[in-house]
Amino acid sequence: MLESIWFILWGVLWAVYFMLDGFDLGIGTLMPFLAKTETEKRVMHRAMGPYWDGNEVWLITAGGVTFAAFPTTYAVMFSGLYSALMLILFALILRGVAIDFREKMDHPTWRKVWDICVVVGSFLPALLLGVAFANIFEGIPLDAEGIFQGNLFSLLNPYGLFGGVLFVAMFLLHGCLWLLVKTEGSVKEKAAALVNKLWLALAVIAVGFLIATWYATRLYDNYIQNPLMYVVPIILIPLIVVGALVMVRVYAGKGHWWSAWFASSALIVGVTLFGVAGLYPNLLPSSLNPAFSMTIYNSASSQLTLKIMLGVALTFVPVVIAYQAWVYNFFKDPVTEAEAEEAYY
Amino acid sequence: MDVLWLSRLQFGAATFFHFLFVPLTLGLSILIAIMETIYVRTGDEEYKEMAKFWGKLFLINFAIGVVTGITLEFQFGTNWSRYSRYVGDIFGSLLAIEASVAFFLESTFIAVWAFGWNKLSPKAHAVTIWLVAGASSLSAVWILIANAWMQHPVGYVIRNGRAELTDFVAVVTQSAAGHQIIHTVSGAYILAGFFVMGVSAYHLLRKQNTVFFTKSFRLALAFALIFAIVEVVQGHANGAKVAALQPTKLAAMESLWETKQSAPQYLFAIPDEKNERNLVEFGAIPGALSMLAYHDTQATVKGLKDFPADERPPVTLPFISFRIMVGLGFLFLALTLYGWFKRKDLEGNPGFLKVMLFAIPLPYIANEAGWMLAEVGRQPWVVYGVMKTSTAVSPISVPQVMTSLVAFILVYSLLGAAAFYLMATHARKGPEPYQVATETGGAENA
Repeated sequence: MLESIWFILWGVLWAVYFMLDGFDLGIGTLMPFLAKTETEKRVMHRAMGPYWDGNEVWLITAGGVTFAAFPTTYAVMFSGLYSALMLILFALILRGVAIDFREKMDHPTWRKVWDICVVVGSFLPALLLGVAFANIFEGIPLDAEGIFQGNLFSLLNPYGLFGGVLFVAMFLLHGCLWLLVKTEGSVKEKAAALVNKLWLALAVIAVGFLIATWYATRLYDNYIQNPLMYVVPIILIPLIVVGALVMVRVYAGKGHWWSAWFASSALIVGVTLFGVAGLYPNLLPSSLNPAFSMTIYNSASSQLTLKIMLGVALTFVPVVIAYQAWVYNFFKDPVTEAEAEEAYY
Repeated sequence: MDVLWLSRLQFGAATFFHFLFVPLTLGLSILIAIMETIYVRTGDEEYKEMAKFWGKLFLINFAIGVVTGITLEFQFGTNWSRYSRYVGDIFGSLLAIEASVAFFLESTFIAVWAFGWNKLSPKAHAVTIWLVAGASSLSAVWILIANAWMQHPVGYVIRNGRAELTDFVAVVTQSAAGHQIIHTVSGAYILAGFFVMGVSAYHLLRKQNTVFFTKSFRLALAFALIFAIVEVVQGHANGAKVAALQPTKLAAMESLWETKQSAPQYLFAIPDEKNERNLVEFGAIPGALSMLAYHDTQATVKGLKDFPADERPPVTLPFISFRIMVGLGFLFLALTLYGWFKRKDLEGNPGFLKVMLFAIPLPYIANEAGWMLAEVGRQPWVVYGVMKTSTAVSPISVPQVMTSLVAFILVYSLLGAAAFYLMATHARKGPEPYQVATETGGAENA
């Protein structure tokens, strides 16, 4: 029972991480397409300035919770996906420093270096997180000892890459909508011109991915085999995913940017949970033999730890959500070009 | 080199680098919070400018500290997966608690602070930096509880082929954690005090913004003095703690090979690990080691030879680290005490200011040396007496670790250089031009 609760929390934490960091990774990737002038760059940076750092902590927490609740899964996942995780790590390190240092080093050469770090450091994690999760959905080559028998290139299989492309597309649209919410002037105009194209691309990719998932993974089996238990996810989650996708378009068409952004958030959460719920009770299915899979039963912490950590999570996660929501609300006014041009620090 | 050694090198390098930035974050956030509080209380705009100036240096430092911290959490899984699997039930929980209780608070409110100067009332703005400061130190508390468990595991049982938690309260409240927290956090606060004093000394020697930097210097001096005293007093207790909990570490840090009654401490020695002896021993203080370990000059201290050879830590590194740390600890106390008596006339003591300027790196060295002693002295155990480092490493390949190690060294060197350059530039530049109503008066009257 506790294991199942932690499974849900585990999925939710990753979903929240993708939903929040998704828009700033998207903005970083959009940078070269939407920002030509220094002012435009500053507007885009300012639009994610107060948030990206707090968003990234959800990744730390998702990782930390994997470690605490399912230590064996954490051990297998992080050592197995070594090279991919190292790439994500270096990308996030360079990106974080670049966002901070470009503000404080006004020499054009330095700015160029940091700008490249921001773009690469945003695109690469978006892509690789998608690749990693798609691989988890289809199963990774784990042997009887839980040792990963693949490498970075075996992760870059067609379905894995498809997952990467899906994540990039979701984050681009999510970031674009955030710019429509949080900016004024030329950046907003360009974002408005781009948003429908991004939506169309995402719709095609998302539908393609759902179909590919039928052939490449066993996610649907879970839904089909347990009709009673999965009546909720089979109706709700596809409904949320498809419904959210449609709502993004509807709201964007009307220029209701906040609503469109929330719909896009629901889409990201829905896609993540669709995949995660299909895994249950596996955390890391083995593609070599289902018996070698990491499940919530063979990789969980002791009952005592799960209980204590549940208390911690149920106390502090709502607190975190409350103050982060306060911060989002506090800085909700769109960034003006004049405001972006003055040094914030 | 095998995966074990490469992973150890990588973990050492990544932690060493991360720990260059963490102590300043811990201490400087408090100093800035104090500055802002004085500003709110008195309305003295100079303190607001101080918070802004030191805040800029803080943010540069903070950025590197945060991103390099992610590496550490990842590395337990990537490079030490057998360790993670074996002790995750306890260790993993402590890291997860740190993230959800402290790290979120710190990362969320640092942004509010940085972007909120014109949006928040001065009082609310001061509250945000106190939240950051409190969360940073709280974060250190949880990390050190986790580390203390590796030094002295308690509240667990070996079951189902791993260490499982039996007593959470014992893990959190054990005295080894308490000692480590006071010791490490005080060291960090001293570092921040010396940093502010050193940069202030630079400007005072050049007669630039003298009022501004005199105030900064005095505040940092009081702060560093308090914690230099705490460190020396508590350091002694820490020695006794090590003797009680980790006798092999004690023997290694003193290079004591033979078990001795009334064991001396040597000011200097050259350990010869191969032949299990010291090549040179110099400056013996009779009975000092027995005194440090057991508060009794006649007590018997167990030497390295009385431990199995495969349970002894390296000797030279802990031995040297210990002496550097202790020597510098006393030097910090001496310098801050001297400074305290000269605090009314700092500009009249250029010699002292010069010393303080060049003393900036010393607390960094002391902090790293202390960490070296704690971690190398624990070897060959990753969890003292429970799990050896050699059995903790991941089933990964040499090329994987080699590649990431080279990448770490390259990326971290570049980031380190950029951060150093940026901090040095901003530190030398001094505060932005600003206006103060009166030298000491309130802003309300302006």
